Amino acid sequence: MMKKIMRTIAAAAIASMMAGHSAQAASVGVEAIDIDFSFEGMFGTFDRGQLQRGFLVYKEVCASCHAMSLLRYRNLGEPGGPEFTPEQVKAIAAQYEVQDGPNADGEMFDRPALPRDAFVSPFPNEQAARASNGGAYPLDLSLIAKARQGWTGNLATAYTTALWKGTGGPEYIYSVLVGYADAPNGEEREGLHYNKYFPGHWIAMPSPMTEDGVEYGDGTKATVDQQARDVAAFLMWAAEPKMEERKSLGFKVLIYLFILSVLMYLTKKMIWSRVEH
Amino acid sequence: MSGPSSYNPSNGFTRWIDSRLPLPRLLYDSFVAFPVPRNLNYWYTFGGILSMMLVVQIITGIVLVMHYTPHTDMAFNSVEHIMRDVNYGWLMRYIHANGASMFFIAVYIHMFRGLYYGSYKAPREVLWMIGVLILLVMMATAFMGYVLPWGQMSFWGAKVITSLFSAIPWFGDAIVTWLWGGFSVDNPTLTRFFSLHYLLPFVLVGLVILHVWALHVPGQTNPTGVEVKSGQDTVPFTPYATMKDAFAMVVFLLFFAYFVFYQPNYLGHAINYIEANPLVTPEHIVPEWYFLPFYAILRSITFNIGPLDAKLLGVIAMFASIFILFLLPWLDTSKVRSATYRPVYRQFFWLLIIDCIALGLVGANPPEGTWLLIGQIATFYYFAHFLIIMPLLGLLESPKPLPASISEAVLAKNADKKVASAQPAE
Repeated sequence: MMKKIMRTIAAAAIASMMAGHSAQAASVGVEAIDIDFSFEGMFGTFDRGQLQRGFLVYKEVCASCHAMSLLRYRNLGEPGGPEFTPEQVKAIAAQYEVQDGPNADGEMFDRPALPRDAFVSPFPNEQAARASNGGAYPLDLSLIAKARQGWTGNLATAYTTALWKGTGGPEYIYSVLVGYADAPNGEEREGLHYNKYFPGHWIAMPSPMTEDGVEYGDGTKATVDQQARDVAAFLMWAAEPKMEERKSLGFKVLIYLFILSVLMYLTKKMIWSRVEH
Repeated sequence: MSGPSSYNPSNGFTRWIDSRLPLPRLLYDSFVAFPVPRNLNYWYTFGGILSMMLVVQIITGIVLVMHYTPHTDMAFNSVEHIMRDVNYGWLMRYIHANGASMFFIAVYIHMFRGLYYGSYKAPREVLWMIGVLILLVMMATAFMGYVLPWGQMSFWGAKVITSLFSAIPWFGDAIVTWLWGGFSVDNPTLTRFFSLHYLLPFVLVGLVILHVWALHVPGQTNPTGVEVKSGQDTVPFTPYATMKDAFAMVVFLLFFAYFVFYQPNYLGHAINYIEANPLVTPEHIVPEWYFLPFYAILRSITFNIGPLDAKLLGVIAMFASIFILFLLPWLDTSKVRSATYRPVYRQFFWLLIIDCIALGLVGANPPEGTWLLIGQIATFYYFAHFLIIMPLLGLLESPKPLPASISEAVLAKNADKKVASAQPAE
């Protein structure tokens, strides 16, 4: 009887949690393509090479319109991320100019960026960004991988799959990046582009990637598919830079709690064996 | 906390303090010697789990406040500062955010346990009513806490829920302006929510102390619903209940830890990672999962009744769905407490659980077509359960015979087990 009730409650709890998700799923609207990213699952970690390639794609392709203002150049060298060397991080930062000051004369001045500086944004403000992009605002990408969800498979099982694989932000990003196609029945819309995976299908951003549009330092062939995977992984790291620390601490916590629970159970059993209950 | 004290100060210091401020005596009588029924099952461990969750939320919350900035221009980025730059800030925030969900999972199990075993019946009406008050304060705290990160769902959730008060005739709009501290959800709203979100957990601590006090006067119920009749029926709180509660807490923490460390955003809304923007309304505004059944009741009332319009009726229905619980001790007319001995009530209990899950699903979906219809039926059934079924059932149902005492029930159960295990396997 107890077991039956336990099971029912557990099912009820899970069902009501999932209920919270169906509305969100509805807002995503379109399924995403399932990718087996290296960072999925309990022991998943980022692939350093992939993050470094993903950063290159962001820098050379996305960064001309999209800011990532929550990141600092030093993050690129921190453990659990792309782990560029300190020299590489300094060199990357030095490619950008930031305004500093006021100096002793009260003047603002420009200087090369340092690792402590935030990623330099392509536009000074939203109005400038809109003016350069036909009225559309290129989003800040710092958190985009957590601010979007992509469901794979059918919606009913997607809730349970998401418990192991995550809520599909990087899958959604990948899908949109490779999802450009001709609209069914040849429809065209002024300033918009048809995309199979974008909710509502019409997106202002033109297909950003081209075959061999970037040149990877590690010799990986820069297909559109490869660039999309790499930048999706990079954006996941950017949104959740402490993921590796979290998972490795989490495993220790789970082992600790598991052993503790066994010891607690045995103690409890011993104490209660003294009385009929 | 009640009854004759069995505390014996053992040395000079404890005798000295006992004749001045007998706090050790109070704690000893409440949490060591306090007699608990010997037949409590694991559903009775959620009270302890809830106390633990309140402490977890308060501790992580205090640390988060050290790094959070309650200002509309800075709140969102200060949360990201916690996630990225504060040592173990991600851990504090994920424990706190998921802790809210865990708190509600535990509180709902705790309440349904009370419903199943009739824990609200005399002489525990005050205990139950303090519990309902705790639920209300918890809900207010959780709602205001969700606004603080100042994401899109924070902002629009705050806007939708506070706007409900505009349904109040004549004063509605004035009340909403007063709640907001202005003519829209803005900085004054954020700062007052922050202030109250910090205050209310300590109000909860006070209510929990009253709840425990009101529990310790009549003593705990138990799965048979038969009152404790002699010392034979009970065991001392320590070590029996303490050990069992501690084990249950660790198992609960295992479940909690999985979400914190492996799917910390599963229970949240993705769009809350987009900073609040008063000019962009999200396509679907839904509250956190633990509010969905109430949200469904709110949105199920789509028709006017006489001079009362649908919006006002929805708000009344939503609040009534919680306030009705205050009346439960008097709506249940049964002489028997526990559903174990009420075969018909037991069926209705499970129907109520299904009904609440259905309301949760309805709350997550747009109030149109079939979902709206299911929502209206489920809302009707929710109120019918408390206002029609419970009063009638107590009069019509013939309960099973009760055991003479808790110890008799325990002995009978164990005798059955022995007979069963003595049977050779075939």
